[in-house]
Amino acid sequence: MTEQRIKTLLLVEDNAGDVRLTQEAFRTANKSVDLRVASDGVEAIAFLKREGKYANAPRPDLILLDLNLPKMGGHGVLAFIKNDDGLKMIPTVVLSCSDAEADIVKSYQLQANCYLTKPGLLDAFETVVKGISDFWLARAELPAQRLTA
Amino acid sequence: MKPIFPTTLLLVEDSPGDVRLTQEAFREANQAVRLHVAWDGAEAMAFLNRQGANINAPRPDLILLDLNLPKMDGRQVLAQIKEDANLKTIPTVILTTSVAEADIDKSYQLQANCYLNKPVELEAFEALVKSINDFWLTRVKLPQQRPVG
Repeated sequence: MTEQRIKTLLLVEDNAGDVRLTQEAFRTANKSVDLRVASDGVEAIAFLKREGKYANAPRPDLILLDLNLPKMGGHGVLAFIKNDDGLKMIPTVVLSCSDAEADIVKSYQLQANCYLTKPGLLDAFETVVKGISDFWLARAELPAQRLTA
Repeated sequence: MKPIFPTTLLLVEDSPGDVRLTQEAFREANQAVRLHVAWDGAEAMAFLNRQGANINAPRPDLILLDLNLPKMDGRQVLAQIKEDANLKTIPTVILTTSVAEADIDKSYQLQANCYLNKPVELEAFEALVKSINDFWLTRVKLPQQRPVG
């Protein structure tokens, strides 16, 4: 519960403003987070599969995934992660502006670990990031980090 | 942010003491929670599939699942939930005293939505139930209830 190991997060988000806000909110909420960013779905997969320039990418402890992404949408990325035996164990939190029931249900069908909506207001945004930090990084047990198979 | 409609939880737990503590902690944390209890894995599946006496059982919004259960083990219950197209969208949170890496990894592999360690100390247990309420029942978007398909 008071584990201080640095946790690696992969944020998959194309909006530069939201990336900035997330980075700042994590800096406030939790000092021991190493936040990496992939700005589209294809880049996210390359990061997770350690392809090309991501040959030395760390395995994330948690993935924060937007749904509306260029190149490959968030649902496609989610399906890829949850069908890959090496990646499916990484908790993947959908963080989207959409509160459409179809997006929520589809995400859970694809085995998203949970679905959160991204609020428009800055204060609320910080609260959501703090909620993720308090619950997923402090409370939940996450799979242990291991060397690449 | 507070849930307006009653939220239905299914607690799958064989220890009467833990059931009692969970009921009391939820009563404290959230009056809108309707907590149903299944005392073993077989009973949990009968509840979810509305078999026998469970013909009118409500669909839970969230499942809290212990791992070590009589009749059908929690891992098997989890596997059956996540292999069922209708049930897999119900977020299933593992709540167990085990912190064995093998249990954590296996649960995430089987697509548990999250893994929580059940503390033995009373105050810590109450804090955990409060955090489940604050995160899963307040912040997270759960799939809406739908009529029986």
